[in-house]
Amino acid sequence: MKKKNSEEKEKISIAKRISQIALCGPVTIWSVLFIYVPMALLLFMSFMTKGPLGIIKYEFTLENYKAIFDSVYFNVIKESVLVALITTVLSVLMGYPFAYFMAMKKKKISGILMILLMIPFWTNELVIVYSFVILLNNSGLVNTFLQVVGITKEPLSMLYNNFAVIAGMLYMLLPFAVLPMYSSIEKLDKGLLEASKDLGAGPVKTFFKITLPLTAPGIFAGVILVFIPTIGYYQITDMLGGGTQMMIGNLINNQFSISRNWPFGAALSMLLAVLILVMLFICQKIGGNLDDLAA
Amino acid sequence: MEREDSKSRARRKKVWHGMSWLYAIVIYLFLYIPVFVMIIYSFNDSRNNMVWQGFTTKYYAKLFSDSGLWEIFGNTLLIAVVSTLFATVIGTLGAVGFKKARFKGKGLITYSVYFPIVVPEIVLAVATLMMFSLSDVKLSMGTMILGNITLLLPYIFITVNSRLAGMDPSIEEASLDLGANRFHTFINITLPAVLPGVISGAFMGFSLALENLVISSFLADASTTNLSMRVYSMVKKGVSPEINALSTLIFLVFLLMMAVYGITNIVRNKVKLN
Repeated sequence: MKKKNSEEKEKISIAKRISQIALCGPVTIWSVLFIYVPMALLLFMSFMTKGPLGIIKYEFTLENYKAIFDSVYFNVIKESVLVALITTVLSVLMGYPFAYFMAMKKKKISGILMILLMIPFWTNELVIVYSFVILLNNSGLVNTFLQVVGITKEPLSMLYNNFAVIAGMLYMLLPFAVLPMYSSIEKLDKGLLEASKDLGAGPVKTFFKITLPLTAPGIFAGVILVFIPTIGYYQITDMLGGGTQMMIGNLINNQFSISRNWPFGAALSMLLAVLILVMLFICQKIGGNLDDLAA
Repeated sequence: MEREDSKSRARRKKVWHGMSWLYAIVIYLFLYIPVFVMIIYSFNDSRNNMVWQGFTTKYYAKLFSDSGLWEIFGNTLLIAVVSTLFATVIGTLGAVGFKKARFKGKGLITYSVYFPIVVPEIVLAVATLMMFSLSDVKLSMGTMILGNITLLLPYIFITVNSRLAGMDPSIEEASLDLGANRFHTFINITLPAVLPGVISGAFMGFSLALENLVISSFLADASTTNLSMRVYSMVKKGVSPEINALSTLIFLVFLLMMAVYGITNIVRNKVKLN
């Protein structure tokens, strides 16, 4: 009797094994093959030597990493971080009141507001970026409007500079700031706000003492979700910066399209990946929760 | 005195209410003006489409006879559909399996699934290109699809996971106890429970693959182009209104799909209630 029981158990555990392999196998193989192997090769390539005409010489060197600290390239990196930071701060400042507004509405209304927020993103990103070119160029819609109304006499140069780049990035990433902030504000226990009010705190004090600290994880998640894509974008900088503005993404892209210097491109990509992973690590250490990214 | 106080408080509340709606409208204007510009400028009688030159519908007519653009659209659609299908199957199986499975390295695999969202796309694009080039794999539409699948996986994983989190595990156990095997339990119990997550993940993935530029252009061969790559290559000289026309049509199809999906959901819920 006992023997039979254990046999049956074994049968179940084999079935369990097979089902586990069938379920987890594909994604495991995929992430080894398409994440770990490529990243390992990227690391390897970043230590190789560039030969003439874009040929790669398989000799170990640290030159690619040293070149990053050349003033020309280093300025690009500084500029990228600056633009990404400005975009991130603006999207949180603009997005938080909006997220708060949505979260305080009834479920039905906030659902509609949420769908309205997502609809513009079913368009092709690049065609929308081109809309910014139409809007912001010297004889574009915004300049025409400003002149007709009489606010300005001459067209303002709003395209092919950092203003246009940041406006474009802000557009693309605002929802990524709003969504996690919305979900953390929505989870906030509204009773706490009432209690704070009853105990005599004004709205400003309540906001800074209760609302802001309790919704900080959502803000963290928003910061990460905006900062990461921003720093890697090259298409927006190219289209709205007009080639005058360079970010790390453009620099990497150029190593493959123009300069044909794969090892240096690999080193820059590694730098970008490490920069982001360190940032995520720090965020997690000071209390940000990466699970909020999923919300 | 007290009455006046409550009156002024009510007024202040009203002003606050109005201001918050005004703020929301400004945000929505910021988000929708470029969309309207895209639609309106598909009717612009100008080849490089920088400045309004007059109304025409000729680019819609031209669109239907432009075989080059249709080929690009076909490529874009094929890549998006195939990579969404694969990513959805692999991601759904994985999310369901990872919830219960315990094995060495599970944490490392989970982290790597999220990697494409966590690190800028260009990093993965460069790395994947290097792998294909070092292993002598020729670039083609196939390599573009492989790159896109990797990119979409985390989205499916996240949406299915969030459904699994709200699921009662005892239902699956009951099904096993009552004699259903694991395959039948997965098909009849688990899958229907996570289906909304699967659908929303697939939808999100599809819309991302449809407009993908970075990984697609790194992994494309010289003869394969998708819509975003085409737009990007046209930018310097001005994007033709034909592209706006095509994008507008795709956008309308998306809106229609969402509307149909929304309405069927509402109807289904009503039927259930009755």
